[in-house]
Amino acid sequence: MDTIFALATAPGRAGVAVVRVSGPAAWTACEALAGRLPRPRLASLCRLHEGGELIDEALVLVFESGSSFTGDPVVEFQTHGSVAVVNRLLAALSRIDGLRPAEAGEFTRRALENERLDLARVEGLADLIEAETEAQRRQAMRLFEGDLGKRVEDWRARLLRAAALVEAGIDFADEEIPQDIWPEVAALVQRLIADFSAEIAGIGTAERLRHGFEVAIVGAPNVGKSTLLNRLAGREAAITSEFAGTTRDVIEVRMDLGGLPVTLLDTAGLRETEDVIEAIGVTRARERAEAADLRLFLGGEDLGISLQAGDILVAPKADLQPGGGGLRVSGRTGEGVDALLAEIQRELSDRLGATQTAVRLRHGEALVRAVTALDSATELLYMPEDVAELIAEQIRQAIRAVDSLVGRIGVEDVLGEIFASFCIGK
Amino acid sequence: MKHDFDVIVVGGGHAGCDAAAAAARAGASVALVTLKLQDLGTMSCNPAIGGLGKGHLVREIDALDGLMGRVADRAGIQFRLLNRKKGPAVQGPRSQADRKLYRAAMTQEITEYQRLTVIEGEVASLVLDGRTLRGVRFGDDAEVTARAVVLTTGTFLNGLIHIGDEKSPGGRMGGRPSIGLAEQIKSMGLATGRLKTGTPPRLDGRTIDWDGLEEQSGDDDPAMFSFLSSGPVARQISCRITHTNERTHDIIRQNLSRSAMYGGHIEGVGPRYCPSIEDKVVRFSEKASHQIFLEPEGLDDPTIYPNGISTSLPQDVQEAYVRSIRGLENVAILQPGYAIEYDYLDPRGLDLTLALKDHEGIFLAGQINGTTGYEEAAAQGLVAGLNAARFALGQDPAQLQRSDSYIGVMIDDLVTQGVSEPYRMFTSRAEYRLSLRADNADQRLTPLGIAWDLVSDARKRAFDAKLERIDAAREILGEISVSSRALNGAGIRVNPDGPRRNALESLALPGAGIGALTQLVPELAGFDPVTLEQIGRDAMYESYLQRQRKDVEALQRDESWEIPGDFRYEDLQGLSAELQGKLKRVKPRTLAHAGRIEGMTPAALTLILAHLRRGERKRA
Repeated sequence: MDTIFALATAPGRAGVAVVRVSGPAAWTACEALAGRLPRPRLASLCRLHEGGELIDEALVLVFESGSSFTGDPVVEFQTHGSVAVVNRLLAALSRIDGLRPAEAGEFTRRALENERLDLARVEGLADLIEAETEAQRRQAMRLFEGDLGKRVEDWRARLLRAAALVEAGIDFADEEIPQDIWPEVAALVQRLIADFSAEIAGIGTAERLRHGFEVAIVGAPNVGKSTLLNRLAGREAAITSEFAGTTRDVIEVRMDLGGLPVTLLDTAGLRETEDVIEAIGVTRARERAEAADLRLFLGGEDLGISLQAGDILVAPKADLQPGGGGLRVSGRTGEGVDALLAEIQRELSDRLGATQTAVRLRHGEALVRAVTALDSATELLYMPEDVAELIAEQIRQAIRAVDSLVGRIGVEDVLGEIFASFCIGK
Repeated sequence: MKHDFDVIVVGGGHAGCDAAAAAARAGASVALVTLKLQDLGTMSCNPAIGGLGKGHLVREIDALDGLMGRVADRAGIQFRLLNRKKGPAVQGPRSQADRKLYRAAMTQEITEYQRLTVIEGEVASLVLDGRTLRGVRFGDDAEVTARAVVLTTGTFLNGLIHIGDEKSPGGRMGGRPSIGLAEQIKSMGLATGRLKTGTPPRLDGRTIDWDGLEEQSGDDDPAMFSFLSSGPVARQISCRITHTNERTHDIIRQNLSRSAMYGGHIEGVGPRYCPSIEDKVVRFSEKASHQIFLEPEGLDDPTIYPNGISTSLPQDVQEAYVRSIRGLENVAILQPGYAIEYDYLDPRGLDLTLALKDHEGIFLAGQINGTTGYEEAAAQGLVAGLNAARFALGQDPAQLQRSDSYIGVMIDDLVTQGVSEPYRMFTSRAEYRLSLRADNADQRLTPLGIAWDLVSDARKRAFDAKLERIDAAREILGEISVSSRALNGAGIRVNPDGPRRNALESLALPGAGIGALTQLVPELAGFDPVTLEQIGRDAMYESYLQRQRKDVEALQRDESWEIPGDFRYEDLQGLSAELQGKLKRVKPRTLAHAGRIEGMTPAALTLILAHLRRGERKRA
C-alpha cells in the first residue's frame, strides 16, 4: 500500500500550512525529515531537514493507525504558511521511498476504505468543507454525524419486517402462519412511503442550501432595483443613474443572510423596448427571475412574471412617496431594509426542514426509486389475485434503493461520483 | 472386481445416487460404494419429496437428467402443487412417496448405468498422496484406485442419537458409523461444526382411528417432477391431519427435563424452520394446538409418519403424549422418535464444484456439508459427481450460478456464507426468483446439461421439440394484433378505448391469462396447454424479468473482477481481523463473490476493488 501526502490547507500565503502524510511509511518519512518520531498525538516542535539543509521549523503531529482520520498511520506537518516552504517540503516528501502525492479525495477514500466513515458521512464531510454559512454548516454536520445512516437502519428494519411477512406466506404455505399479514404489510409500506416522500420534498431546499438561494429583484425600469441591491450588499455593486434601462445584464451579489447563503440578482427593468441589447437583458431578467427561489417585486406584480408562493411585494422609493401600507423600502435612505431582510430570511428559513437528513440529489434519486417500488407494491396489494411474489420483489427493490444511500451496493458508481467532487488534500 | 475407476462415490443415499449417476452420464467409470445394497435411495426422514424451493431443486435435477425427479414420480402416491393460488414463480411441486417403491425405482435406475458399478462394502480410508487423492481402502484392506472421490456420508461424523437421556453412536437408526474414515477426515484439518436434527415416532396406521380426521387429498391435476413424466404410476392416496391439544402440551411440559434437548444433552444447533414438538410448546406457548400431518410411508406399509412432532423425549413420554392426540388414542409406536447430532464440514472449504479447495480430487455432497433434505443432497450430489467426472477426465469445471438456478444459489450460499443451522432451500433465498421457476427449469438448465454431456438423446429430442413449439406459438402471438375493446370484452381489466396490442403484449396485462386470450386468438387452439402456459407465465413476469436481467448484468460486471487465488488480504490495511480471516478462508473468486460473504462491508469491497484496479493499472 502506498503512502500518500498532500497539502491539506488552502494553497497560498497564510500563517500556517498543514501537510498531511498517510500510509505505512508515514512515520519513517517523519523520522527522515524531523530526525525523530514524536509521541503520538502530542504536538511537538521539530526542525525539518533534507540533505543537511533546514527546510522549516514545524509543529509535528503523529497519529497511530486506527486513531487517525484515514485509519492509516498519519503525520501532519504544520509549517509556516509560505508557498516556498510548502513546495520544498512536498518535494522532499516525494523523494522518500514509498511516498507519492495523493490523488483527489484520496485521504477521504482511505477513511471510507478503512471504515472510519460510511458513504453518507463522506458526503457530509464534503459539504462541511464547502460550507460558508451557519445553516450550511448545520446541515452538513447532521450528515457527517451519521444521521442519514441511522435513519437508513430504521427504514431498512421496517422494510425487512414487511419483506419477512410476505416471504413467510410464500415459503411456508403448509405451515400454520397467520393468514392475514396484509394489513400490517400495507401499514408498513404506507408509513415508509410517507417518510420517504417527506424527505424527498425537503431535498430541493436542502440542495438549495448547499449551493445558495437565489433572490431576484424585479420591477419596471427605474423603480430603484439597483439602488436597493447596493444598499443590501453594502457596496456599489450596480451602476445607478436616473436613466431608465441602466442595468442590462444580471448582476449577482453573494451574501450571508442570518446563516443562509443567498445570491441577490439585480435584473434589467421589465419593459417593451426597441433597443436590441436592452431586449436581451429583459429576456434574461425574466428567465433568471422565474428560476430563482424567491422574487422581490418592486412596485407592483403585473410584469409578465408569475407571482409564486412566498414572493415578496415591496413598495419602493419610500423616501419619495411617504404614507401607504405594506413593506415600504428605500434603497437611498435604508428605510425598511432591515424589515425586508428579516422577511427574506424568515421565508427561506421556513422552507428548511429541521429534521431533513437526505440532502443530495443522489439521496433523492434513491428515495424516489424506493417510493416507486413501494407505490407499485401498494397497487399490487389491492389486486384481486394473490401476487405475493411480485409484492416481495417490489419490497426487495426498495431495500436495494435504501441500501444504496449508505453505499451497501453499487459501490463503484457512487464512489466515482463522490470522489470526482473532491479537491486534493481534504 | 475392477480395481480402478475414474470416480468413487462413497454413500448410497440421495446425494450418492445422483452423484454416481451424473458422473457416469458425464462419461466416467464410477464405483458407488454403499454399506448395504438395499439401502440405495433410502428415505431416512419423512416420506415426501419436493415442496417450496425443494420442488424447484428436483425440477432442476431433472432438467440435467438426474434421477430424483423420475424416481419420485414413479414412487409418488400423492402429488400436490404448493402455492397453487399464488404466482407460478413460487409454486412448488411436492409428493408423498412410497418408501419401497422409491428404493426399488432408484436401484433400477442405478443398475441401468453401464459405466456404474455398485460395491457393497465399507470405505475405511482415503488413499492420499500428500493432498492428492489416489483411491480408497476398504474395511478388508482391499484398495481401489481412482482420480476423484465424492463423499456423501451424511451424518456419520461423530453421529450421536438421543432418545431422552439415552444416547448411542450412529448415523441414522440402524446404520453403523464408519469410524476409520471419520477419524481420517477429522485429521485432515478441515473446519467442522455441530448440528442436530430430529424425527417423530413412527406410528402403526392399523392402530389409528381414522374416522373424522380431516382429509388432505392430492391434486386432481397432479404436477409431476420430471419433464418426461406424464402422470402418476402408483395408486394415489390421501393424508390426514390431526392436532395436538392442551393435554398433549401439558404432558410435554411436565417432562421437558427428560428431553435430550432440554435436558442439556445436545450441543448441536437445530433448524429454526423445523422445531421439535418440545420447542413448539415452549417457544409458542400461546398456541393451544399444532397441526400434525399423518403421512403414509407406503401403499402396503402400515407405517405412518406424523409430520410435525419430531422429538427427543424418552419413549414412555412419547407414548403418553401421542396417545393424548385425537385419532391416536390407542396408537402403537413402531419406532420411537429421536434426535441426532452430527459434525459437518464447513462448506466454506469447498469451491463451486464442491471440491475441497486445498486437496486434489476430493468432492463432498449432502448432509456432510451442513445441509438438510433429500433434494438439497441430490442436487449437490449431481454437481459433485459431474465435476468429479470432469476432473478425472481432465475437463473444465462445470459451475452453476445464482442467476441460472436454485442449485447455483444453494452452492454459492454454502461455499460463501457457510451454515449456522441445517441449510434448507427456500424460494426467498433466490434473488432472481421470478426467472428461476419450476416450470422453466428445463429451459434454464437442459442446454447446459447438453453441453456437459449429461443429457440423454430422448430428453434432448423432447426438449428441442418443446422449444420449437414455444417459439412457433410466440411468433403467432407476436403477429396478431388485438384491440383493447376485444380484450375488455374477454374480461381483462383494460381501458376499452386504449391502443391495439399484439397478443404477446396483451398477455402481460394484469389479470390476462392464456385462457382469456385463446378466445380471441383462435390460432392458439392448435398448441398444447403446456406450451401456452409457459408463454403466459413468461409474459406475466416480463417487466420484472427485464429488470432482473439488468441486475444480472450488474452482477456479472462485479463477477468480472476476478480475485487471484493468492491475493494477499493481509496487505490490505484497515481490513478488520475478522473480515480478513473470513476472506482468507473463503478465498472469493470474484468481487461479487466477496460481496456475498456474511458481514462484508462496502468499505472492505472498495478496498479489494481498489487493489484489483491498481494491479490492473500496473499490468497495463
